[in-house]
Amino acid sequence: MGILFSFAVVIAIVLIVFAGVRGAGLNYLFAIIIPYLALLTFIIGVTYRVFNWGRSAVPFRVPTTGGQQFTLPWIKSNKLDNPHTSYGVIGRMILEVLLFRSLFRNTKAELHDGPRLVYGSEKLLWLAAIAFHYSFLVILLRHLRFFTVPVPTPIQFLEFVDSFFQVGAPLVYITNFVIVIALLFLLYRRLGMPQIKYISLPSDYFPLFLILAIVLSGIYMRYFDKVDIVGVKQITMGLVSFRPTIPDGIGIIFYIHLTLVCTLFAYFPFSKLVHMAGVFLSPTRNLANNNRMQRHVNPWDYPIKVRSYDDYENEFREKMKKAGIPVEKE
Amino acid sequence: MNLRNFLTEKKTLILSKWFNLILDTYPPETAKFFRNQDDPFRNPVGSTIFVGIEKIFDEIIKEKTDVAKLSIFLEEIIKIRAVQDFSASQAIAFIFSFKDILKDEINQADLLQKPATKEFLMDLHDFQSKIDLAALISFDIYMKCREKLYELKANEAKKMTYRLLQQAKLIVESPERDIN
Amino acid sequence: MATKGKPPKPEELSKISYTPPQRNWMDIPVEFKPGMYCHATRPKYLEAVGMPFPRDWSPADADWKLPDNWKEIILQGIKERLMKYRTFHVFMDICVRCGACADKCHFFLGGGDPKNMPVLRAELLRSVYRKYFTTSGKIFGKAAGARELTEDVLKEIWYYYFQCTECRRCSLFCPYGIDQAEITIIGRELLNLLGLNLDWIMGPVANSYRTGNHLGLEPHTIKANIDFMLDDIETITGIRVETTFNRKGAEILFIGPSGDLFGVPGNYVTMGELMLFHEIGLDYTWSTMACEGGNFGFFTSMEVAKKLYYKIYSEAKRLGVKWILGGECGHQWRLMNQYADTWWGPPDFLEEPVSPITGTKFENAKGSKIVHITEFTADLIKHGKLKLDKSRNDHLKVTFHDSCNTSRAMGIFEEPRYIIKNVCNHFYEMPESTIREKTFCCGSGSGLNAGENIELRMRGGFPRANAVKYVREKFGVNMLANICAIDRAALPTLMDYWNPGVDVCGVHELLGNALVMTGEIERTLDLRGEPLPGKGGAE
Ligand code: HEM
Ligand code: SF4
Ligand code: SF4
Repeated sequence: MGILFSFAVVIAIVLIVFAGVRGAGLNYLFAIIIPYLALLTFIIGVTYRVFNWGRSAVPFRVPTTGGQQFTLPWIKSNKLDNPHTSYGVIGRMILEVLLFRSLFRNTKAELHDGPRLVYGSEKLLWLAAIAFHYSFLVILLRHLRFFTVPVPTPIQFLEFVDSFFQVGAPLVYITNFVIVIALLFLLYRRLGMPQIKYISLPSDYFPLFLILAIVLSGIYMRYFDKVDIVGVKQITMGLVSFRPTIPDGIGIIFYIHLTLVCTLFAYFPFSKLVHMAGVFLSPTRNLANNNRMQRHVNPWDYPIKVRSYDDYENEFREKMKKAGIPVEKE
Repeated sequence: MNLRNFLTEKKTLILSKWFNLILDTYPPETAKFFRNQDDPFRNPVGSTIFVGIEKIFDEIIKEKTDVAKLSIFLEEIIKIRAVQDFSASQAIAFIFSFKDILKDEINQADLLQKPATKEFLMDLHDFQSKIDLAALISFDIYMKCREKLYELKANEAKKMTYRLLQQAKLIVESPERDIN
Repeated sequence: MATKGKPPKPEELSKISYTPPQRNWMDIPVEFKPGMYCHATRPKYLEAVGMPFPRDWSPADADWKLPDNWKEIILQGIKERLMKYRTFHVFMDICVRCGACADKCHFFLGGGDPKNMPVLRAELLRSVYRKYFTTSGKIFGKAAGARELTEDVLKEIWYYYFQCTECRRCSLFCPYGIDQAEITIIGRELLNLLGLNLDWIMGPVANSYRTGNHLGLEPHTIKANIDFMLDDIETITGIRVETTFNRKGAEILFIGPSGDLFGVPGNYVTMGELMLFHEIGLDYTWSTMACEGGNFGFFTSMEVAKKLYYKIYSEAKRLGVKWILGGECGHQWRLMNQYADTWWGPPDFLEEPVSPITGTKFENAKGSKIVHITEFTADLIKHGKLKLDKSRNDHLKVTFHDSCNTSRAMGIFEEPRYIIKNVCNHFYEMPESTIREKTFCCGSGSGLNAGENIELRMRGGFPRANAVKYVREKFGVNMLANICAIDRAALPTLMDYWNPGVDVCGVHELLGNALVMTGEIERTLDLRGEPLPGKGGAE
């Protein structure tokens, strides 16, 4: 049910754009107002989420340790998986964010009886996750060419690398294929593996369908229904320079693509996609295992009632004396 | 056709059917995971069952089945099922699935249609009684496992306070926790 | 599932196939299965530490006698904790349900209940969080994975949050470090707002509050008990070892788990420690009040945990020691490593720990001033301060079980191994994916080592036992060493069920066996009082 529902929502968005632009001629709404609103929602929303997490206290320093602790000088400590300094923590976070290291932990190949080399099935999860996220990042960065004149060299370079294989005209980007395959695999996991299906919510299918729709509409626009790039750039440059314009003759597919992207941006702060920001705030990863060296202060610590030694001795004094255990008050 | 040869030939197929029938007794989300045979340590339940049924199979089709060995192999699986929400009958029912598969395979190969030799029928009977025997043993093993659990419960509490029990006279107020 | 009552025919039996239609987990109501949960706490235990809603109730009852405003209490509790714990707040929000953690939990691996997948355990509470604390949950309800908090939901959370040993294995594999242990801790804190704890947890809590130890033993009993061990040591070694209690001015205060004072095989660890301290002439003392490093308060609520740990530094201060040496215990070390200083520090009345024997500064404990005994002993061995006769452990083929707490909330892996390798000739590791940071839980941690839930414990411990079985078959391993008192209570039972013939011991028992003491008689007995094979004893 969740699957159909999520899918239907994506289709509905496409239909609404179709009706809105073709039927009602609301070009201005879809090309100008919605993008601004979506971006605003994204920025305010994500900032709010991060701010809100930041307001929550970190009463204890509770890193999950994944290697040998810092200890006697002749024992080698694992500085990344069990960091005891800020450098270690930064290293750990970088590996976590850039390489999904914890996810990779799953996939370590192991040798069991005999020469059979065995890989966990999550090797594919890691691979797909990396492929998906990096393609997404590259695609996002490539899009900057629509928002800049002249296009900065790094972006041009990125485009060059991404289209390294020089097939077809317009050039085919590698990431376009990679992201589709990765998305399809991630979808397969959710739909085809009972265990993952069991834990999935509509809000897990939705981003996948949405991003897939974005990617497919983008690909369609680039290779099949070639839209007027000059016109598109007029719109995008208009948006960034706050002098929005809408040239005529831009295909409906562009409006669909743009609105889907806007949906993603607007949806972002309300969904699990905020994991992008949350991962940096995760106390089991971003703290050092150095409690025995540096005190961590609990900001909401409050006084509590305890049992004092005096109470203890008062209760047991006679027995202690009889057993020859020293007491404070004879 | 010699039944033993027939079964040896079909071993892989029979085992995989048997394995699947056993896994069907688990929730589907879990069954899929238990089926995955990559790593005996990441999936101890699935691999113990998988390895176990093969050993049981081999032992049963032997001309001279070693009952002691058979028990050990059965125990490996039943021990697991004895702590997994199954009733006694459910815990050992997997033995009967073997019989069903056997029947299906023989039917499919039409082995009984062809004039079955006396030898074949005797063998068949022999196998079936062995499986019945395995079922009976399984029931004993199941009961043994359950009894073991009760025994462990009792012993553990004693061990935790062993030293105190040894010198009970020193305890002024006996510890609050039940020793049983 | 069980069809007890009328026995089905064999043909039917073999067709039993538990394949319900794929249903949303929210639509599958919780079913309390015997052997899977523990008794409810007796009211007197709650009263003893001033916790709310003491009453007689039972998990199997339909009516849990909740207060009228229970829902308000829980929701208010969640709200408060979202602000108090960033872990909780972030973990409620950022799970992507990738499933990487799903097959990492020993309870799922051994039992197969899908609600034991860590991500689902979290969703049980997260769904409630969504309903009351997120915009999308409020608006879209079930489509956004949100659900109403009802009594059934509360019961479900109770059932599954007391089927989590807070072992953090899931956290290790999660790309965001989402730690179900942390969520369980907070979930249990919420349940405790309604007095919904276990007898097996609250008993030790109440006892610890009054007497300092789980069993509620009074000071003279503790002393008598250790004296008793000293007698045994004399029998075995011919040496009368001395020790002191509540002695002011000692250099070091030793605090171990009280389980090692009264239970087997834990008390052999204490014997090993007593022998070691005697042999190196350590100036140390016991405290009868701080005679327990374990803390079942941690399985109750942070406040109770803190309450029970007051004794640690306060006794160190009262006795005027320089630093604290902590014994072999798992959750004690999670607390000593991650919480003790925050709760009751800074211990500026203590000194930075230095080994009086080797002069080694324990740099890593310079703040909290608490040193782990395997750090201390490994250092002694490294400096050649101990005379060891490994051959006394030759009848043992040893493997080492890393405890969850010392592994994933501390990272002490090499120290115990170094000791074992120096006191035993035969040491074998279990497979890589089941040790060190990836270690499997004993299945009985976090206050779940009761008797009534033995099935839960046996299935939860199966992944561990399965790895032990492997080394037993491959190398003939017959001894499972560890550095945790709960392990020493729970693993013997686990081994008895899964791998009969494999025994369990603490690292300092092995050390005590190998330790050559000045003036000792020729050893014919091991610390258990059993004849040492090949040493003049039987065999
Ligand atoms: C610092 C940045 C980020 C990190 C470290 C990160 C990490 C991860 C990881 C480890 C997963 C789990 C693997 C998986 O399920 O595929 C994941 C899932 C996902 N991420 Fe990210 N991510 C980041 C940014 C983003 C961004 C910017 C998006 C934007 C759309 C995004 C969208 C997703 C989606 C849709 C999934 C779910 C895939 C599925 O359902 O299977 N992530 N992320
Ligand atoms: S590994 Fe982490 S993000 Fe993935 S399902 Fe588990 S808790 Fe959620
Ligand atoms: S903390 Fe341990 S017991 Fe709890 S869910 Fe995670 S893996 Fe399971």
